Amino acid sequence: MSQAEVKRAAGAPARRPSPLWTLALFRSELGTTFRRWRTIALLGVLAAIPVLTGIAVKIETSDGGSFGEGRGGDGQGPAFFSQITNNGIFLVFASLAATLPVFLPMAIGVIAGDSIAGEAGSGTLRYLLVAPAGRTRLLLAKFTTVMAFCLVATGVVAAAGLATGALLFPLGDVTLISGTTVSFTDGLLRTLAVAGVVAYSLIGVATVGLFISTLTSSGIAAMAATVGLLITVQILDTIPQLHAIQPYLFPHYWLSFADVLRDPVYWDQLTKNFELQALYVAVFGSAAWARFTAKDITA
Amino acid sequence: MARIRPTQVADDGFWDEDRPKGRHKAVRYAAPVAVAGIAAATIGLVPALASTGSPDLPKITAEELISKIAASDAEQLSGSVKITTDLGIPSLPGGVSLGDLAGGQQGKGDAAPESKLAELVSGSHTLRVAADGPERQRVSIIEKAAEYSVIHNGDEVWAYNSADNSVYHAKSPEKAAKGDHRREAPGDLSDLTPREAAKKALAAVDDTTQVKVDGTARVAGRDAYQLLIRPKQSDSTVGSIRIAVDAHNWVPLKFTLEPKSGGKAAIDVAFTEVDFGKPKASSFRFTPPKGAKVTEEGRAEHKAKAKGEEQGLRELSKLNVVGKGWDSVARLDLPGGLPASASGGGGPSEFLGGLGKKVKGDFGSGTVLSTRLVNALITDDGKVFVGAVDKSALIDAADAAK
Repeated sequence: MSQAEVKRAAGAPARRPSPLWTLALFRSELGTTFRRWRTIALLGVLAAIPVLTGIAVKIETSDGGSFGEGRGGDGQGPAFFSQITNNGIFLVFASLAATLPVFLPMAIGVIAGDSIAGEAGSGTLRYLLVAPAGRTRLLLAKFTTVMAFCLVATGVVAAAGLATGALLFPLGDVTLISGTTVSFTDGLLRTLAVAGVVAYSLIGVATVGLFISTLTSSGIAAMAATVGLLITVQILDTIPQLHAIQPYLFPHYWLSFADVLRDPVYWDQLTKNFELQALYVAVFGSAAWARFTAKDITA
Repeated sequence: MARIRPTQVADDGFWDEDRPKGRHKAVRYAAPVAVAGIAAATIGLVPALASTGSPDLPKITAEELISKIAASDAEQLSGSVKITTDLGIPSLPGGVSLGDLAGGQQGKGDAAPESKLAELVSGSHTLRVAADGPERQRVSIIEKAAEYSVIHNGDEVWAYNSADNSVYHAKSPEKAAKGDHRREAPGDLSDLTPREAAKKALAAVDDTTQVKVDGTARVAGRDAYQLLIRPKQSDSTVGSIRIAVDAHNWVPLKFTLEPKSGGKAAIDVAFTEVDFGKPKASSFRFTPPKGAKVTEEGRAEHKAKAKGEEQGLRELSKLNVVGKGWDSVARLDLPGGLPASASGGGGPSEFLGGLGKKVKGDFGSGTVLSTRLVNALITDDGKVFVGAVDKSALIDAADAAK
């Protein structure tokens, strides 16, 4: 029996953590993260995007024309924009499609990059580790918080989109992109599914951010590295000569959330997206664990 | 006096009992490496394992197989079709391909099916098809965050392009078409299923063709026989055609055309997913969404366009076909010699010369435009010879026509 195990066996009856203990750590992490002004500002910016988009579309189409008509007519605006004026629910899809490539992952890069490195940078990481929670559990709490932020950030965009869409444009039966019409309730359910898929699409970049965050003790460096990596990977994803590696880049299947709006749902790309994100979580999650549990905490 | 001791507790494992040291640190990194390794192995091995299946099926002759295909009565199906075409169509200077030109002549923002067809001439596309008897079919082309669907239900034909929310509407092809096959809107796109492609290939089977059953395969998770069609004539550019036919209900599942020059298949149409159950009735129902641009087929401009097309077709139908079987070469005369081209500087023949190769023969001189499958000889006096044959066969045909 090693010394450590003896120590643990002796200490166990005295301070055995209750099952809720992990939850308490998670709760405190969640509270700290979401009470920060930085987080609130990020969510505010994310909420502003659908609102501004909605107002812009409303102004452009106020003369009765449809979106995109006045622009020399290549006729193809960004995804879903042409349908916003007819059904406000499409503002949700349009704003998710608009925020998914840059704004959402950037916000997540900030939160994920800051999660460990920020604590280390401000000298609070060692105090967190003084609590008898163990590094693995702390990392899990940080990871869960970042995942929760993915969900909340997507939810904020979707909710702001839905609210703006409902206020400015008519709502009603939804014509799916396959041409079949479903009821508004069914459309709302699909919207929920789309938001879920978008949130899930972000966990890959979130885990990469968490891993980068364990590498450095400067929060800014981790954020910048995560966001820089995000932009680099997105550029790589558009270079046709690199098509061989593109299916393994985390943003490659991001737009597959639109496949939820086909009838029947087209699972091919969605499944690939799910697998790819899970792979990124597994690889970079375990790498973050390997790094964080083995590193010297000096601050 | 108390001893002054450093307050910093450097690294005694105070707050983390099981923190590893030295070598153990490296061991932890084995976890991400192992995960990545397993993933790489799975990605590498699974497709390899999946494609090795060649199921044991009772022997069947080619004649039996062909008659079974003809008798196949599976009318309800739904699934995904992947089309990959690599015809080697030469690009025009400036990166515009001939395929683009064919599509570009249609008005933009118009959901008419013809304009979409041209897009399928090159690259790889995924289609979803559903059919419920001859009255109800739908085909959709999957695009990034958009879809182009053609829905045929009874005497209505709708085409919907979700990218720009435009709709095309036509009445029943039987009524609108008046015997002109090109105007059958849904037919245009459903021609792209392996079934239709196989039908066309089998229609071409005659004594110039060698047909045999060439083993079995698994396509879209179903057992299939492979039918191999090979032209006997040596001038043909078609190397072989392979058709995988479902071993249970005799529906062609995969169609592959390989050019004689080798390399990648020129046309590869295959079901990636297929279900022979009855598709949902709602998939054949279409109501134009609010605010969509609806183009009616009967509009004047369309009529004019259709008329022009019809006329063009009538002219084309007058073309002479020489040779037989796979070696047939079609000959058409361009009214008034070479058409004036849009290119700024050189004359039309110079423009063509940039695309193809100059040739000379007893007929005079001309330009050969080659793709991987179809070659065309345009003579300087305005005759065009087209066929799925090699260059020398075209020149022979031109010489013979002299």
